[in-house]
Amino acid sequence: MRAAAPRTRRRKRSYWPQYLAISPFFVIFAVFGLFPVLFSLYLAFHRWNGLGEMEFVGLDQFRFLVEDSTFWLALRNTFVIWFLSTVPTLCLALVIAAMLNSTVRFTSVYRIAYFVPNITSLVAVAIFFGAVFSTNFGLVNAFLQTMGLPAFEWLTDPFGMKIAVASVMTWQWTGYNAIIYLAGMQAIPSDLYEAAKVDGAGPVQTFFRITVPMLRPIILFTVIVSTVNGLQSFTESQVLFGSNTTLNPNTGGPGQGALTMVLYFYHQAFDNRDFGYGAAISWAVFLVIVLFAVINWRLVQRRVSE
Amino acid sequence: MLLRRLALHLVLLFGVVFSLFPFYWMVVMATNMTSDIYRYPPKLTFGSELATNIAHVFEKIPFFAAMANTAVVAVATTALVLFFDSLAAFSFAKFDFPGRRVLFGLLLGMFMLPAQLALIPQFVVMVKLGWAGQLQALIVPAAANAFGIFWMRQYISRAVPDELLDAARLDGCGFLRQYWHVALPAVRPGLSFLGIYTFIAAWNDYVWPLIVLVDPDRLTLQVALSQLNRSYGQDYSMVMAGALLAVVPLVVVFVLFARGFIADAVKGAVRG
Repeated sequence: MRAAAPRTRRRKRSYWPQYLAISPFFVIFAVFGLFPVLFSLYLAFHRWNGLGEMEFVGLDQFRFLVEDSTFWLALRNTFVIWFLSTVPTLCLALVIAAMLNSTVRFTSVYRIAYFVPNITSLVAVAIFFGAVFSTNFGLVNAFLQTMGLPAFEWLTDPFGMKIAVASVMTWQWTGYNAIIYLAGMQAIPSDLYEAAKVDGAGPVQTFFRITVPMLRPIILFTVIVSTVNGLQSFTESQVLFGSNTTLNPNTGGPGQGALTMVLYFYHQAFDNRDFGYGAAISWAVFLVIVLFAVINWRLVQRRVSE
Repeated sequence: MLLRRLALHLVLLFGVVFSLFPFYWMVVMATNMTSDIYRYPPKLTFGSELATNIAHVFEKIPFFAAMANTAVVAVATTALVLFFDSLAAFSFAKFDFPGRRVLFGLLLGMFMLPAQLALIPQFVVMVKLGWAGQLQALIVPAAANAFGIFWMRQYISRAVPDELLDAARLDGCGFLRQYWHVALPAVRPGLSFLGIYTFIAAWNDYVWPLIVLVDPDRLTLQVALSQLNRSYGQDYSMVMAGALLAVVPLVVVFVLFARGFIADAVKGAVRG
């Protein structure tokens, strides 16, 4: 009663409910996002096992990283796996999307069936592919045997291991990308296709001359996403090639053939409790991803626009 | 023309078979004994040993506890994300408070940070808080996220008319009541996508639970499944029975909600 009028006036100008409403995100982000990222940069210049004193070592961790042949092996592995999975994933996705785009019936059934792999637990999928690629009793080798071909040691040969990991990724991401491409294709104006038909272009020509160029922004998007995801692959290798020995549980299988960058990071940080070196590796991974994403962006932009 | 259409569907069907085959084969392995699979030619049809295999899973890992932990984490995370994200999104979409643009720009910038950069310090923070090994270590950091706020902001901007909010304001509704009575009812479809998306992500999450759940008696399903595979990987039938139990509930939920979900997932991906 006493101060009713001025209070309402003040309330009109104050935005505390709005700030309060957005604060949970910013508090959580500050504590579990921003602070950890800054702290990990700090850690990368120290030696620390998480328990004792932190010791400042300057650039030693990065110096060690550059000479660490295991890191370079992990880098090469990651790129080979990324290539083996991304190229078939995106090519198959484009073809599937083009086919889905020219059918009218059963499209929602197809969409669900193609999308399901993407929501399936990666751990379960990796375990499944481990069984399928198993040397003695796996389905792949049983199939090869039926065709009269010799069995292959998928899970011990360094290249076979990478194929197994890449298969997991390809299976999980092809349908997802196909449905994203399909959405892009449905937005292409149909008079472009009619004009092409009038000019006597076949389906293959139409695909390369109209569909692919019109999809350029979306292809660019999927390439970047696949790069960022693919270069951070971890679970596939960790589950497929994890062993139960306490000495070297997460080293990427026989000959470290499936050791990826993030798996190596995990191994150094959480198996060896070398937090400083782990932090340095995680920053190196970050730099590699940024660099490679930019290169891919440039390449795809140029190639598709030609 | 008919022939071409038929061929098209045949090829697409081939893709569907590839997409769904792992589920079929998981069931085959889980319903047979490992010795049936360990032979050439392998058995390709369903067997009758599912109950035996599942019983073995229950012997080896505390399956129901892990399932319950996963459910608690997924439900709690989803509820918190829906509330915090939609509330923040409502604020960003409909109010012009000072610093709004800067703060929203900051929020968008956070999409870029790769998760593994923060993992070690996050673990250290959890140890210091005494949360390592506890379920809140999974729930609290995931309780609000940039993607959900971005997504809901788009949705609220479109679906909630300003006139309605003005009318509510004239009736004396404050911020919270405008949010609850006007905004929320208008954005149900947007919320349902975000809810399913969050639930699936929480259910399948592996890396962070693997790191932070240091108490072997308190694990989530994915971590328990991975351990089952590490310790008893030779017993394919049992491990597949475990995998099947971990995968099936989610796939069922997904197929029930799939139609709207896929359309929204595409929108979210392309815009995000």
